[in-house]
This record gives sequence, C-alpha cells and structure tokens, in this order.
Amino acid sequence: MKLMRCPVNGWRPIQEFSYGGTFRAMPPPEECSDRQWADYVFHRSGAAAVKKEWWCHLASGVWFIAERNTSTDEILRTYLYGEGDHHE
Amino acid sequence: MPFGLLRFGMSRHYPEPRMFRCPDRLKPHYDAVIIGAGGHGLAAAYYLARDHGIREVAVLEKSYLGAGGTGRNTAIIRSNYLTAEGVRFYDESLRLFRDLSADLDLNLFYSRRGHFTLAHSDATLRTMRWRAEVNKHLGVDSELVGPEVIRRECPRLDLSCGGHTPVLGALYHPPGAIARHDAVAWGYGRAASQRGVEIHQQTEVTGIRVQGGRVAGVETSRGFVETGKVLSAVAGYTPAVMEMVGVRTPLEVHPLQACVSEPLKPWLDTIIVSANLHLYVSQSSRGELVMGAALDPYELHSTRSTLDFVEGLAGHLLELFPFLGEVRVLRQWAGLADMTPDFSPIMGKTPVEGLYLDAGWGTWGFKATPVCGKTMAHTLATDRPHPLIESFRLSRFEEFDLVGEKGAASVGH
Repeated sequence: MKLMRCPVNGWRPIQEFSYGGTFRAMPPPEECSDRQWADYVFHRSGAAAVKKEWWCHLASGVWFIAERNTSTDEILRTYLYGEGDHHE
Repeated sequence: MPFGLLRFGMSRHYPEPRMFRCPDRLKPHYDAVIIGAGGHGLAAAYYLARDHGIREVAVLEKSYLGAGGTGRNTAIIRSNYLTAEGVRFYDESLRLFRDLSADLDLNLFYSRRGHFTLAHSDATLRTMRWRAEVNKHLGVDSELVGPEVIRRECPRLDLSCGGHTPVLGALYHPPGAIARHDAVAWGYGRAASQRGVEIHQQTEVTGIRVQGGRVAGVETSRGFVETGKVLSAVAGYTPAVMEMVGVRTPLEVHPLQACVSEPLKPWLDTIIVSANLHLYVSQSSRGELVMGAALDPYELHSTRSTLDFVEGLAGHLLELFPFLGEVRVLRQWAGLADMTPDFSPIMGKTPVEGLYLDAGWGTWGFKATPVCGKTMAHTLATDRPHPLIESFRLSRFEEFDLVGEKGAASVGH
C-alpha cells in the first residue's frame, strides 16, 4: 500500500488523499493581461519533474503541499502551506 | 506448423518479408521529420507520401514502433461525441477506418459491434439524449434506447446492477467498432515505407533547432538532421518536446490503465460502456475481455500498474456481469494520457514556424488515427490547418475559445 505523510495526521494510505494540482502562483487578476491570465488558468509545466503540489487529506480536510517526483511517484516532502521553508 | 517454425529458426536469412525497411543511417536532410512512430505519426507519413507527394520523410521513434498509446489503448472506434467539431472529426475517422484494411492491404480485424453507453442516473440520461440529438443532426447513427433494447442486444447484462444503480437507458451507437491497434500502426508503417518514408526506431529526438523563429532541424541521439518541417506526434511526451522550443501547453499527463481477462468463449458482441461506473468492456476476437476504467487520479509519467485499478474495475464489472466472478485477469498495463482541459485534442500550427503539433490525445487517440494522419499531412504540406482541425488549434486557450468535449470517455456525467 502506498503511504503519504499528512503534516497533521501522519502516515496514511494514499487512498485517503486527493490531488489538488501543481502549486502555481496567481498573477494579480486586476493588473495582468488576458494573455498572462490565460497562461495561469490553462498552461502547465507538463513535463516530468519534481513538482510542488497541493494535496488534501480527505478524512480531516487538511490541505498541504507535497513535493513529488512525477516520473517515479516518489513523495519527497510534505508540509503545511507557508511552513515548508522552515524545515531546512 | 512446428516444422515451419523450425525452418524459420534454422534459416540463415530472415525468411519472411520485413514489414518496413530499416535504413542503417539517417540522411543529412529530409523534407519533413515526424517525431513518434505511433499510429498518428505513421499515418501522417503515409498520407504525406500518398496524397501530397512528400516522400523524403523520416519518422523518428525513441523506442519501437507503436510502443506508446497506439499499443496500449482499448481499441474502441466511435463517433458519438457531443460537440459538432468532435462529431465531424471522429466520424470522418470512422469512415476512413471502414476500408482501411483494403487500403493498407492488411487485416486490421475491424469489427463493427454496436456501442452502448449506459446511463444509471437521470442526469446521465439527459446528457445521452443531448448527445443523441447532436449526433443525429450531424448524420451519425446514434439514439437513446431504453432497457428493453439493451436486454435484447446484451442479454447477459444485469440491468439492475445488483439493485443499487439500475440501468435506466443507454446511448446506442450501432457503428461503434473495435480493431487491432498494433495492426493499424504496422499497416500504416508498411504502406508509408513502401512509398519511400524512412522509419528509424531507437532514435530519440534530443532537441529542435530553431533559427529566426523557424525550424531548422532536429538533434537526435544519432546526430543532427536538417529539415524545415517537424511534426510532434508523441502524446504523453509532448510537454517534454514542447519545452525544447519553449512553447507552453495546457497538457497534464495521467496514466490510463487497462487489462484483459483470460480468453472466454464468445458471449459479448457489443461494446459496453458505463459512464457512471467508469468502465468499458468489449470482447476481442481472441476471446479476451478488454477492459478499461477511469484515469489515475494524479499526474504521473509512468506506465506502472496498480492493484487499486484492478480492484475498482472488478467491483464495477461484477455489478454489470455478476457471472464473471471466477474469471481471472490475464494482463494489465498502462499508457500515458496527455489530458487537455476541454477534452479535445490540440492539432495544427505552433508559434514556431515549421513546427506542427498533434497532441492532447488523452483517452481518445486511437479512434482518431486515420483522420489525424490525413489532416496533419494536409496541414504540413500546405502550411494551413485542415478545416476539420481548425477549432483544435493550440491558441484556442489564449483566446478563451475552448471546445468542451463532454462526450470523451474520461468525463463523468
């Protein structure tokens, strides 16, 4: 069984989690151009890499960040949003 | 037969004619280079040579012919989509498929089965009615049917689904068919090779050289090749290829898994799809049940198989066909599905002149093989998008002009 570490609830089976997509910084909606907005809404860095992603622990509703290698499915780190920088 | 095999093994020369030529070196220049020797790339090469007289074409494949989505799909062919753009496009493909065996002089085991998309809820039924009306308007044989027709055409199906999700009706598409997917790639490959196209396996494209906004050639693991036209037909590997030239795409890659059962006596001659249970099943000419389900739930560029998938699929299969409880799974595999946000493909020109894109094939690529080949060959030869694919252009996202294809297999209703 594949496990993932929820920053609040500890190691749980992957079935308890939901993928929320790659973490992307939102451009300021009032100031950016239509083109920049379309790029933010639709375009992705689709190639395999280590990516920062949103995940949710469904049972407790905890949203957090996971760093995962999308070619090997290895989960490198999980942490609450805004706390990642303090771990290293 | 054993003697034939023995003679085959003892023979000094390869005793059968080869399907295609394997030239040992790349030429320094080609009129067009196609990245990816899957069905789409080979079909494009074939129509370039046959219809447009462009024969100095190299198809470069980093692995072996048909190694990607072409050999990993569940081989269903249909055209009962929801958008006018989608229906016209896939119906042209179905029309091409019908006489493709004769065209390529190879038996593709094309078999018309009739395609049922079951509805287990009122909401699904509503979408099915919508699809049927769009289909009929565009001349596609498609209608909404009640449980009595399903019972007549597929008597083994438990319409009550064990009592908890009874089947209320279905979208019935009589021309729905299956074919041998490998044969499609090999047939196109052979026919293209006979017309002068070169197929180079084990040749990976590592870069695309661009000069002044135009394609100048491709860097490969076997050296540089000069060319003015490049077609990328690599499905799940598209984001990596587009990154070479700095073109952004909305593609997200998810694995799509499938499996087959051990061979059974023929009992299922229709294709059964359930939108609500996320399941599709048909019986191949070998007797195996070919089964697929939903996409894996998160981005991954790996063709690994999971127990989760077979467990989920088996549960849903048994709701429809409880008597299959003792049947064993024979093989399981996965392919990479390059998903677009609107479930329509991305086809046509790119911001780089001379670079053409055939991508976004998610869960609907196999059935489009002939029409993709035909329209992309036209686009390459004339440098103008074929009318059938204009609305599938890459720039539709920047223009907020999407083609929402809710008739795709991966959309829940």
